[in-house]
Amino acid sequence: MLPEAIEAMTEQLRHAGNASSLHATGRRARRVVEESREAIADALGARPSEVVFTSGGTEADNLAIKGLYWSRRPRRRVLISAVEHHAALDPAHWLAGSQGAEVELLQVDAHGRVHPDTLRAAIERDPDDVAMVSVMWANNEVGTVQPVHVLAAVAHDHGIPFHTDAVQAIGQLPVSFSASGVDALTMTGHKIGGPMGAGALLLAKGLTPVSVQHGGGQERDVRSGTLDAPAIAGLAAAVTTAVKEQEALSRRLTSLRDELIRRVRDAVPDVVLNGDPDVALDGGPGVVLDGGPDLREADLPDGRQGLAPGSPGRLPGNAHFSFPGCEGDALLMLLDAKGVECSTGSACSAGVAQPSHVLLAMGADAAAARGSLRFTLGHTSTRDDIDRLIEVLPAAVERARRAGLS
Amino acid sequence: MGLRVLAAMSGGVDSAVAAARIAEAGHDVTGVHLALSANPQSHRTGARGCCTIEDSRDARRAADVIGIPFYIWDMAERFQRDVIEDFVAEYAAGRTPNPCLRCNEKIKFSAVLDRALALGFDAVATGHHAKLVDGVLSRSVDQGKDQSYVLGVLTREQLSHAIFPLGGSTKAEVREEAARRGLTVADKPDSHDICFIADGDTRGFLAGRLGSAEGPIVDQSGAVVGSHQGAHGYTVGQRKGLRIDRPAPDGRPRYVLSIEPVSNTVTVGPRSALQVTSITCGRPVWNGPSASGDLTVQLRAHGEVYACRFEEVGGGLRVELDRPATGVAAGQAAVLYSGDTVIGSATIVSAA
Repeated sequence: MLPEAIEAMTEQLRHAGNASSLHATGRRARRVVEESREAIADALGARPSEVVFTSGGTEADNLAIKGLYWSRRPRRRVLISAVEHHAALDPAHWLAGSQGAEVELLQVDAHGRVHPDTLRAAIERDPDDVAMVSVMWANNEVGTVQPVHVLAAVAHDHGIPFHTDAVQAIGQLPVSFSASGVDALTMTGHKIGGPMGAGALLLAKGLTPVSVQHGGGQERDVRSGTLDAPAIAGLAAAVTTAVKEQEALSRRLTSLRDELIRRVRDAVPDVVLNGDPDVALDGGPGVVLDGGPDLREADLPDGRQGLAPGSPGRLPGNAHFSFPGCEGDALLMLLDAKGVECSTGSACSAGVAQPSHVLLAMGADAAAARGSLRFTLGHTSTRDDIDRLIEVLPAAVERARRAGLS
Repeated sequence: MGLRVLAAMSGGVDSAVAAARIAEAGHDVTGVHLALSANPQSHRTGARGCCTIEDSRDARRAADVIGIPFYIWDMAERFQRDVIEDFVAEYAAGRTPNPCLRCNEKIKFSAVLDRALALGFDAVATGHHAKLVDGVLSRSVDQGKDQSYVLGVLTREQLSHAIFPLGGSTKAEVREEAARRGLTVADKPDSHDICFIADGDTRGFLAGRLGSAEGPIVDQSGAVVGSHQGAHGYTVGQRKGLRIDRPAPDGRPRYVLSIEPVSNTVTVGPRSALQVTSITCGRPVWNGPSASGDLTVQLRAHGEVYACRFEEVGGGLRVELDRPATGVAAGQAAVLYSGDTVIGSATIVSAA
């Protein structure tokens, strides 16, 4: 956690008080909650009344997707990108399985991006029956940034509410709720140095999703449950700091990340970079690979045009590769043993690595999807981390290849 | 410098203590849980089944307590092909396979070992109750829990990369040690039966895979004495569940003597007809010291032990018992011991 968040949270842990109580300690807790709400709204370009506190990203996604679907009945269609996090995909599939919804997965291009035309065509097949649209701001696996403000505008052409899961975006990209035009936005604390178990759904005024959990109606009558004032104070401190430092952090991470990509390519020549190969649209240098093609020109999909001004096409801290002939989990184990931490996709509940639905949606075959690894850089990452990776990677890849063939 | 050891952790008490012991001995240990089922159940029910989500969590928890890295390896495809399909095919051919033995032979000390060696490990450790000293396999001090039989099919090469840290301890000692080490699986029930048949209904499982087809149950003279719904539901030596309408002339219980899958015929007869003294085996594996002293053979898991002589015949083996054995089924392993030491094994083809 960020020191600012730890300080704000521990300070509040010393005080009792339920923000819903009328007595003095309650009023004190309420003040902490409301000031936190104002700080978060201010940092993310929203109004305080648009901040609905939740237990984190998963709850916010569930509330947005299920709640908006229910509130828009009898409309049945839920349009959601094929590359969403499970916290968004699974509620949608649950709606289809048990609530009569028709879920349609919006297909993505080879970089994992949803094109506005794809959404438009999907809506126009039967616009009056669309309950809601959900497309994440930036993908957690391959880092591809989605043109959410254009997608939101496409949905609005038909009066359809648009939700985005911005868990990965905040702190890495400029995020403004009002400027983006989205109706609902998921955010969470632990990805930006805040506490786990605290997040929020930014919810445009006038939008009333049906509650997922019922009770005291503490948050705008759409979310019940006693508010965790200390965690909310920590969340607000983290959001404030992360947004304030976003630009500087992004610049530093982009440069580190580009170096990481270049050196991984040098070390393992047949590696495949997944996701948007580029960089800032503002004419920045991008990932120009030594001796390789300049991917900025060759592979720019049309969807890039939809990105917000100044937004890069890829999360600054994300590098995602497929290592042909390797199994990702073997590589992960070998790197972990050498002190390099990275991740494969997701695992099923028993912990068995599954081929990533994101890579499959981008057109990868199951073998390539299994042979993939994500390296995430954050505010503690340094060039030494990259040196360490490059030192151990070639031997690990070679060994994983041998194991993959056995 | 210790060895790099991969500890296969099922989520049970034995493999947890085994991993803890080698880690404590100074080796560089990584815990791996083998996911063997493509569709794992969420919870164990009693002593049956394996690779539930709960088991994988128990294994992870044990690895955390021991303080070693932990991963899950997906072996479901290999297990399906090399163990489950082999199990079904063996029954279809009228033999009685031992899937635990096949799992050791084809999964733990083949697919897993190969992958481990390729990834830079030196050895695979498991929680089997058996001793392995300088590559020589012998019985556990706990005769009741001894698992040297299901390891007796491993080759010398496979054994040279195996570690069985529990052979010198009884099960009770292992449980006590688990509790002392703070491993929460200390009192988890022992697993029994066939792990991939969670409800224990082997006949139902086989019927589901092989279908049912009515066939005759005949006595030794060939006279039809009953019918069955599929010969694969029977095993040599079986007495219960035959559902024969006509009692034997002498009123004595009848046993399955043989199974003939092609004609779908089950032959039954008196216990005396089950008795055999000469066993023909194929696929011999010599993995221990050369035969010397008093030789014995074990013909099924936790089965009786018989003093014997043996000779190599062609590519196989003939084992002569010094007293009759009953219920010797083709497909099971005959594991040969010199005292408590395994000298080799072979697969039973026929008995007379």
